[in-house]
Amino acid sequence: MPELEQDFNIPEQRKESRMDHMAYLPDMEVISSDLMEQVITKMNAYDYNLYTAADVEQALSREVLREQDFAALLSPAAEGYIEEMAQRARTETRKHFGNSVYMFTPLYISNYCENYCVYCGFNCHNRIHRAKLNYDEIKEEMKAIAATGLEEILLLTGESRKMSDVEYIGEACKIAKQYFKQVGLEVYPVNSDEYRYLHQCGADFITVFQETYHSDKYETLHLAGHKRIFPYRFHAQERAVLGGMRGVGFAALLGLADFRKDAFATGMHAWLLQRKYPHTEIAFSCPRLRPIINNEKINPKDVHEPQLLQIICAYRIFMPFASITISTRECQRFRDNIINIAATKISAGVGVGVGGHEGTKKGDEQFEISDSRSVEEVYQAITRQGLMPVMSEYIYAG
Amino acid sequence: MQDKNDTFVIGGHEFTSRFILGSGKYSLDLIQAAVCHAGAEMITLALRRANSESMGNILDYIPEGVTLLPNTSGARTAQEAVRIARLARELGCGDFIKIEVIRDSKYLLPDNQETIKATEILANEGFVVMPYMYPDLNVARDLVSAGAAAVMPLGAPIGSNKGLCTKDFIQILIDEIDLPVIVDAGIGRPSQACEAMEMGAAAVMANTAIATAGNIPAMAEAFKKAVEAGRSANLSGPGRVISRGGEASSPLTGFLRD
Repeated sequence: MPELEQDFNIPEQRKESRMDHMAYLPDMEVISSDLMEQVITKMNAYDYNLYTAADVEQALSREVLREQDFAALLSPAAEGYIEEMAQRARTETRKHFGNSVYMFTPLYISNYCENYCVYCGFNCHNRIHRAKLNYDEIKEEMKAIAATGLEEILLLTGESRKMSDVEYIGEACKIAKQYFKQVGLEVYPVNSDEYRYLHQCGADFITVFQETYHSDKYETLHLAGHKRIFPYRFHAQERAVLGGMRGVGFAALLGLADFRKDAFATGMHAWLLQRKYPHTEIAFSCPRLRPIINNEKINPKDVHEPQLLQIICAYRIFMPFASITISTRECQRFRDNIINIAATKISAGVGVGVGGHEGTKKGDEQFEISDSRSVEEVYQAITRQGLMPVMSEYIYAG
Repeated sequence: MQDKNDTFVIGGHEFTSRFILGSGKYSLDLIQAAVCHAGAEMITLALRRANSESMGNILDYIPEGVTLLPNTSGARTAQEAVRIARLARELGCGDFIKIEVIRDSKYLLPDNQETIKATEILANEGFVVMPYMYPDLNVARDLVSAGAAAVMPLGAPIGSNKGLCTKDFIQILIDEIDLPVIVDAGIGRPSQACEAMEMGAAAVMANTAIATAGNIPAMAEAFKKAVEAGRSANLSGPGRVISRGGEASSPLTGFLRD
């Protein structure tokens, strides 16, 4: 997709002298695992054009789906079965989650970043306002968020070990535990002992977006920084489980590469990890590319709403027990409808800059959001559909 | 009609209703229907949801006079179950505790070994322990020894509405275990609840079957009637079932009358 790279305005000199993206850096923990090899082999073998309407129908007729059924549901042949997929997805969602829809909000505590990911607003070469909240500011932000009634928070940082080290994130988790029942993290991947430390500080859920599972494409989009190391990122969820985290989240940033293969790899990654660690709670996010500050041209390419819906339904039908989060990257109409079909978790009162829940925002945004509704507005939207907003269904059991 | 004298006892508490409402999927409508239309006297309560302080707290929905059965859902080990049970007691949820130890996020099947360990610890601490278990006779006996107040075998994977897939094994527990046997998961239709009662279960528990019904109050009432019918059938002693065709009344011993 050369036109995609043009959109990212990559200076020529930045494309040169790049380090080996498949080689671990010193201090990066190497675990014994064959998950990456399995996922990549399966993804490379996945030829979605081979699947037919009959394969899709067979997949939908099965009670428990196999790998090839999931592959069929992600194929172009399944685009003619979107309504059937949505019906099945809704049945599975209601069976496993009843009418519950879980609410949360993200809090960005720092946007300093040492990576050069060409599509991301936080990348280290993008000129934006950088900021990091101190502990008092984190507390004030959390107080303001907790006052809205939310009981689950997702803490995010840019990827800078220097500016937001593990101890800083751990302290933020400890503060969060005072105001919230459930604390999740979406921060740079760390080693299993560091995940264990963060778990002890109160976090129990880790989300890491692989962005794309095509390692060659990954290499062209992540030009510098620790994030460039593809296998270290891939194994983050497994290290988090080894560190004692209860749940892990998976995602490909749809639109970066071949989205069908990326969605297939995301599902297989989650599926294989759950088979290996059956107690682990699995979550999916389904982000599409969005415009960023200083680059309005970035868009989700060939992943239009029907394709996004197809992917979300395929995740739901393949792994009916998984949590699926719907991002504010999507508009109100899509979000309100998808919680009635397959998504079980929705953010509200969202800002993707640093701070801003209490007083003024300190640092710039990671991307543009499409749904800026408050907690109360989203709560009402859920209730209007006969669904039940749930603030927390979690207990920190150690 | 329900016989008010036909009660069963768990941990010194006497219950008339043999229908217990699960709480995995709940709404105000569901709880009202379970109490008003199904006559439920016991409602389970996931502590991980009950400890929510703000909007939508399940505790606000449960009427007085209904016994709360807090469960340890979310526990993956005996140790975690024990921790959650103690927290339930601290929060004033009483001494009843339903042990759920699950380390399988896909099918949510109970871990029998960890369940036995948790039962022993909590029974020693004075809890009225009702363990959710996979129906295995040896495990049920161990649970009795560990101090359980009842055993709660699953009929089918939770939420599946598949009915009594484990019927033969539940029957063995009913026949061999002296504690109340309460069928806990998988009951999807009133007819299945009726069948469990007919087999001799002390009570049945359901949630999804009513929560996902088109008309929640009507389905709640249907469950009440089914449970009562099954109980009456069990008490009256089911008649002989002929598997196929007719049968002479004394095919082998008739010669004595010749």
